[in-house]
Amino acid sequence: MTDSPLIEVEGLRIDLNDRASHVAAVEGVSFRIDRGETFGLVGESGCGKSITALALIGLLRQPLSIGAGVIRFEGREIQRLPAAEQRALRGNRIAMIFQEPMTALNPVSPVGQQIAEMFVLHKGKNWREANQLAVEALASVRVPAPERRVKDYPHQLSGGMRQRVMIAIALACGPDLLIADEPTTALDVTVQAEIIELMRNLCAERGTAILMISHDLGLVANVCRRVAVMYAGRIVEERGSADIFRACSHPYTQGLIDSLPRLGSRAALGRTRLREIAGVVPAIADFPDGCRFNPRCAQATEICRTTAPELTLLDAGGLVRCHHHA
Amino acid sequence: MKFGTSLIIGGALFALAIFVGLLAPWLAHTDPVMDANLMNAEEPPSWTWWFGTDAQGRDIYSRVVHGARISLTVGIVSQLVNSVIGVTLGLTAGYWGGWWDDFVNGLTNLMLAIPSLIFALAIMAVLGSGLTSLLIALGLTNWSFTCRIARASTLSLKNQGYVQAARVLGYGDLRIMITQLLPNMLGPIIVIGTLGMGSAVLAEAALSFLGLGIRPPYPSWGSMLSEAREQITTAPWLSIFPGLAIFLTVLGLNLLGDGLRDILDPQSRSQRA
Repeated sequence: MTDSPLIEVEGLRIDLNDRASHVAAVEGVSFRIDRGETFGLVGESGCGKSITALALIGLLRQPLSIGAGVIRFEGREIQRLPAAEQRALRGNRIAMIFQEPMTALNPVSPVGQQIAEMFVLHKGKNWREANQLAVEALASVRVPAPERRVKDYPHQLSGGMRQRVMIAIALACGPDLLIADEPTTALDVTVQAEIIELMRNLCAERGTAILMISHDLGLVANVCRRVAVMYAGRIVEERGSADIFRACSHPYTQGLIDSLPRLGSRAALGRTRLREIAGVVPAIADFPDGCRFNPRCAQATEICRTTAPELTLLDAGGLVRCHHHA
Repeated sequence: MKFGTSLIIGGALFALAIFVGLLAPWLAHTDPVMDANLMNAEEPPSWTWWFGTDAQGRDIYSRVVHGARISLTVGIVSQLVNSVIGVTLGLTAGYWGGWWDDFVNGLTNLMLAIPSLIFALAIMAVLGSGLTSLLIALGLTNWSFTCRIARASTLSLKNQGYVQAARVLGYGDLRIMITQLLPNMLGPIIVIGTLGMGSAVLAEAALSFLGLGIRPPYPSWGSMLSEAREQITTAPWLSIFPGLAIFLTVLGLNLLGDGLRDILDPQSRSQRA
């Protein structure tokens, strides 16, 4: 048990079933996360990172479904587990926090009750113990005066506070994996830093692995040990996060890095334009043949238009899906 | 009408009706059924007989006061039954969808197609008159609007972030319905329920008037009206006071429902149905 990874995804394909057609929204996605590890999934909107996360916890709904591949949690295939066992994993062993702390809390119940519910649901506590634990959980995410805040309703709290409450709910049962789907996108930049710091510290203390999903390469590289970059439903590059800025191998990753403003660079001073990636992400229905990035790629050649590249192992460690990788 | 006025007037009228119903034995001057005295038959309203007396010499005031108990019991209990049925069906149909949703929708449409009073009449005809069969008949025939509202609310609520979040956190279906969906749709359900109580009071009066509800000599407002029918020209007070009681109670409930809607659902102020 101990040497098998916490979660392992192999050749995951997610189908989008329309009445007329079946297209793969996500294809050939494989990665593994060990206990206590931090792993980042980066990509533009619509590249399939959020539905990959939903697939991990077995919550894909029609028209989306898993077409192929396996997801193993502690060596057990999640899709094969009975519904009740899947549900017992969710929130207890695998927890998730969301992009919008505004809408992810139930507006009609006090936040303390929403935290306490987790202890009642997964740990079989009675409400009195659960409420006590809820106060402790709020204190652990550094909400001031937690014994008073537990009685507050979500609308009485600021965005940062709500996200702290979400983290308290997610970490309530001491999960082994925390999936953070754009956890700070809706927050102010200063609050963002605090929340990320909090999340990272709490997970490090408890040995909780993090799967962080974001469009923000800088943020992910800062939090995670390893990063996978997704483009149009495929992982195009997977590297240690320290390497990715130093020597990325895929033109798309390079494009993402070039489009980040840097302090002191000519672009930041307004002398040159910030570089961007030409074109837009193709829609799921008309992914191009060959390498999916080829229409936007400056280095594209004939082979890129006809043959889809495979993931190749790099000498320096890491994986890349490109015919012309450095 | 100014915001809150309808709530206050409606609430006061309804509270008065409840108060009268609860305290009926102390408020009434005489026993509503037993104290018949033909010496006092058909007395007009006076200081002794506030609302006058009927053909058997019974005090109309005491009978109206006791009638509040029956009318309100029927209104509240039958509407509660309706709400429970409607919410259960609507919530599960909206949440699970599929064949169950189709089935519930069909049933709702069927109920909406048959006038509920006619349906209640048919049930009363089978069960016979009396308070219990009245509660059953009215409780089973008026849930379709509640069901529609509950289903529509569920459909929009189940895609809310917090419902998705609950699913991700391992909540079961039942727990999601009870802790996440139900409390969030309670506003409109309460409004519909209050308005429904008003129509249940009216339906009780109508059924009793037709002789299928509460049978004389027990004092329900509807049965009093029914008895008073023949003396409407000679002794109008026999019908005026029970009629007024029905009118004020139903008006109170409707105003209360409207007022609650303003408070619980701010959007409806601009788009009243």
